[in-house]
Amino acid sequence: MSGFILSKMEKRTVVDPMWDNNPISLQVLGICSALAVTVKLDTALVMSLAVIFVLTMSNVAVSILRNFIPSKIRILIFLSVIATLVILTDQILKAVVYDISKQLSVFVGLIITNCIILGRAEAFASANPPWPSFLDGLGNGLGYAWILMVVAFFRELFGSGTLFGLRIIPQALYNIGYVDVGLMVLAPGAFLLLGIIIWVQRAISRQVEE
Amino acid sequence: MHSNRYTMIFALVVCVSCSVLLAIAAESLKPSIQQNMRFDVQRNILKAMGLLKNVPDAGRPEIETIYRERIEEKVVDAQGNIVTGKKPADLDPRTDTELYPVYVNTVNDRVTAYCFPVSGKGLWSTIYGYIALENDGETVKGITFYKHGETPGLGGEIEKEWFTENFEGKKLFDPEGKFTPLMVAKGRVNEFLPQEKKNHMVDGISGATLTGRGINIFLEKDIEKYLPFLNRIRNSNG
Repeated sequence: MSGFILSKMEKRTVVDPMWDNNPISLQVLGICSALAVTVKLDTALVMSLAVIFVLTMSNVAVSILRNFIPSKIRILIFLSVIATLVILTDQILKAVVYDISKQLSVFVGLIITNCIILGRAEAFASANPPWPSFLDGLGNGLGYAWILMVVAFFRELFGSGTLFGLRIIPQALYNIGYVDVGLMVLAPGAFLLLGIIIWVQRAISRQVEE
Repeated sequence: MHSNRYTMIFALVVCVSCSVLLAIAAESLKPSIQQNMRFDVQRNILKAMGLLKNVPDAGRPEIETIYRERIEEKVVDAQGNIVTGKKPADLDPRTDTELYPVYVNTVNDRVTAYCFPVSGKGLWSTIYGYIALENDGETVKGITFYKHGETPGLGGEIEKEWFTENFEGKKLFDPEGKFTPLMVAKGRVNEFLPQEKKNHMVDGISGATLTGRGINIFLEKDIEKYLPFLNRIRNSNG
């Protein structure tokens, strides 16, 4: 296996969860954090990076251990691995980007309960070698991330008139009576956006729920 | 199928290695996390005192310099005496329940503001903040809420400037010198109230009445702890 050029199979492992099998828009997993951290782009970005990190690392760890894990306690072992990685991430965020970690508050800790991660450990990593598991984690993480970023983009733009904290909608517009969309900063706003994204995506890919 | 013995040992090994890893990580990251928390406190004290208004883009080094130059950390007891030789960082919240931190802003040996922490329940969460008073010991100079878990967009607005600005210039005492707690109104303060009432009332956030009520309760309770100290300041000012 050459390190840089991915085989067809491997490419599918990464690309599939980005679109055809997206964890949020297709499998509808990990919704609660997607609603909670997408008020601002910077929190969504940090959350996405945290999830990508935890997901790839937990996939790799589970995959390495897959032949040693007693099946009776496998979920417990997965969770210990995931919890360790999440706490580690939380500590690193607190040490490096304290302000953002304060805004993310409990949601970094709640990555432990993000179904995407346990789901990938059980469905993929426990039956595949480390390298494909790494790619699978990366793919799913990116699939989660881009949806989060799209939702956060619209929520921050219409909810606060800014992007990454920079003012986009000019003050002049507010002066003539423009008002931020209050719904966008609340969780239902994210819910509506997610619904629209899922609708658009399925309209494009012509996927039908059986 | 693995034997029970293997399962037990495997679980044990995983648990121990995870805990060792986390212990090492926590221990090595602790200094920088604590430093971040200390810095956050400093920034909020300066913000409450309005010292960051002229330098809105101040970075960490600037803020640390301003803090070092301008702020004196003191401790007062329940009778309002300044306890010499103690710093807020020395206080142990479990044993020192009768000692309270005060941050004093001095310019050329003249006090310009006092600041102390306030905290209590909002609607969903404990809210933490700092309130700063003018050197008369009764006029609010500023307030910050820096940590909370209120609903973003509703109760969460308490951390925004448009809300905290409402506190500026409000009075803690009525003209007769009686302690009158600040009141966050339900929505806007009624314009037709007499001025001496409005002096103690703050525009609230519509949709966040319960957060405001929580703030009223803990502000009263926390400011009361400092009353002896504030009365001393007011008396010495004549």
